[in-house]
Amino acid sequence: MIQLEGIVKRYGAFTALDGITMEVPTGKVFGLLGPNGAGKTTLIRIITRITGPDEGRILMDGRPMTAEDVSIMGYLPEERGLYKKMKVGEQAVYLARLKGLSKADATARLKEWFERWEMSSWWNKKVEELSKGMAQKVQFITTVLHEPKLLILDEPFSGFDPINAELVRSEILRLRDLGITVMLSTHGMASVEELCDSIGLIDRSKLMLNGSVQDIRRQYATNTYRVDIKGSRIALANALSFTGELIDAQEHGENLTARVRLGKGSTLNDVLRQLLPAVEVHGVQEEIPRMHDIFIKVVSEKQPDSITKGMTE
Amino acid sequence: MNKINLIIWREFITRVRKPSFLIMTILGPVLIAGGILLTAWIGSKEGTDHKVLVIDTEGVIGTKLKDGKAVSFFLDGHTWSDSAFKASPYTVRVNLLADVINNPQADLYYKTLPSEFAMATIRTELEKAIELTKLRDEGINKDAYDRVRKPLDLKKFDIEKVGTQSFAQERALIGFFFGYFMFIFIFMYGVQVMRGVMEEKQSRIVEVLISSVKPFQLMMGKIIGIAVVGFTQFVLWIGITATMMVIGLAVIAGDQYDPKQLAEQGVTAEMQAQLLKEQGVDAGAFDQSVITDLIKQINIPLVLAVFLFYFICGYLLYSSLLAAIGSAVDSETDTQQFMFPVTVPMIIAIIIAQMAVYNPESPAVLWCSLIPFTSPIVMMVRVAMGSAPMWQLALSMVLLILTFIGTTWLAGRIYRTGILMYGKKVSWKEMGKWLTYKG
Repeated sequence: MIQLEGIVKRYGAFTALDGITMEVPTGKVFGLLGPNGAGKTTLIRIITRITGPDEGRILMDGRPMTAEDVSIMGYLPEERGLYKKMKVGEQAVYLARLKGLSKADATARLKEWFERWEMSSWWNKKVEELSKGMAQKVQFITTVLHEPKLLILDEPFSGFDPINAELVRSEILRLRDLGITVMLSTHGMASVEELCDSIGLIDRSKLMLNGSVQDIRRQYATNTYRVDIKGSRIALANALSFTGELIDAQEHGENLTARVRLGKGSTLNDVLRQLLPAVEVHGVQEEIPRMHDIFIKVVSEKQPDSITKGMTE
Repeated sequence: MNKINLIIWREFITRVRKPSFLIMTILGPVLIAGGILLTAWIGSKEGTDHKVLVIDTEGVIGTKLKDGKAVSFFLDGHTWSDSAFKASPYTVRVNLLADVINNPQADLYYKTLPSEFAMATIRTELEKAIELTKLRDEGINKDAYDRVRKPLDLKKFDIEKVGTQSFAQERALIGFFFGYFMFIFIFMYGVQVMRGVMEEKQSRIVEVLISSVKPFQLMMGKIIGIAVVGFTQFVLWIGITATMMVIGLAVIAGDQYDPKQLAEQGVTAEMQAQLLKEQGVDAGAFDQSVITDLIKQINIPLVLAVFLFYFICGYLLYSSLLAAIGSAVDSETDTQQFMFPVTVPMIIAIIIAQMAVYNPESPAVLWCSLIPFTSPIVMMVRVAMGSAPMWQLALSMVLLILTFIGTTWLAGRIYRTGILMYGKKVSWKEMGKWLTYKG
């Protein structure tokens, strides 16, 4: 869908983005990750053409992106709000018309959404009468109403209670299944594993990680396996000999759950060959690191003395 | 509908629908027309009839004092004690000093303070009477004196337009009125633009909006939308005020010259006409000829065209700067330091415009009518009085257009960065840096 090629953005002496090259695949959910001030919002603003890059270019479906491409995007910014004094329905129609929908079209679609989310009674209320969560729902609807091909959500879950967050989550997956490309930035690593097909991790203006979630987790795998056996800890340790290393083990009566790291040059098969004669193996499962751990590992690897404060945070 | 039209429409409709708009639209004319009508009404009706007791111990006043409107005179040669005056039906007592001929001074004691109008009647009548006595004492013939005293009627003529009297000053006042109107409008609605921008920033809707429209479109939409609101309000004001004035004046006038009442007093229609003529002709006929002459002398299409031009450009110039300020700050209190340099040129302009009415050829007036930030108001005065050569007008207009393009460009750059900048105390230096950011 979108390819970024060497995007650089500077604010005076501060470099907000330093040579970002990555791809957002079509019809998938892409997670843009990074600590506060890493440059996520700046990157999103460049993609939505709110601001322009100092260097680099953006390709959309293989051709350079133009101003018209904005109309196929739906953007929910992190700093979001509505006109407080305007009525909900009127305001939603206005925002939809700014996106190019006709008045009748916008009204019809909105009525449908409002019905589906059981909020039809809000139509004539002023925004200031709504709770924060209610306003967020209105905002989400206005973002997706014009049926964008690319949906960009900056911290979509912030401000939602768990029930509404679930509503938005299922809505994102529904839209993805309709073939819409979704790009979202979030701090919730659990939702990344649950929602995202691929990610890009930005830290201190640079792209640190990029690829599918599965590949990245495998890449960060530490060759550690969880082994369930019937037998003693000592028997296990002896059986491993040089093929692997016992990290820790928990005994449950006769049974033992152990974590084993493969030795250099060994495969799981080598380990199993050693174990099978010695103990009764009930199960083996590779331990794949959580996104949470990968995030912390990557971000804290080259932690500088001071954290540079970014533009928006 | 085009996006910028949509923005203009929203700015217009949400503002016009506000209760405050309705209140201001009604309240404005009520205050203006009410003020004028009240003055007219008070002028037509003196609260109390003043019975003025003039104490003239030296017998200076030899003629009868002519009673004026709501003022009647009573002459007495004896000194009155304060208590006697208090007990009397007289409301005002004037003590002429013994030496009033050489030292024209009198003390006025009142029970109820006479209006300025009544005071003027008292003063004029006494002055006239004392003057007559002086003339008699000096042995000067009254008619001769009147001939001598005739004031010089100094008429002005522009050498380029011999034959018609010049009313440059009066025309300048008309220009000043236009300029003052501009000043009020630009200030009122410019500040509204600033507030509107701040509202969008504070409610955090601005980033949602600029993902659909360009920041510059958003800014211009707001500026134009608010101007349309202003025009609507002024048109309504003029309409309502005019209607109220016509009705109100008819009521007051009807009160004064009620034909029925006059008929009861045995006054015929012919006599009524005579009465009106006597009262009105002298002042009225003169005024009318002056006004028609004045209007003839003003190049109305030029003045209106120039007014529209300066009005629109001046508003765009200032409101774009105010929009930039609104975008840069987080709260109303932060606006002060940036507002100051924007308001100062406007205030200078209105002061210089006042000066231009009385001293149109001063160099300050010339320069301020060319400098774009002050030119809309000052040039308006000069054009109305016809003291600006065409080349100066053209130069001033070109400079204003260039400056307005420049400031709108600058404001647009500050605006698009400012609206996305939260929680930062902005300085002039910071804003300067924003200009260099690539869009």
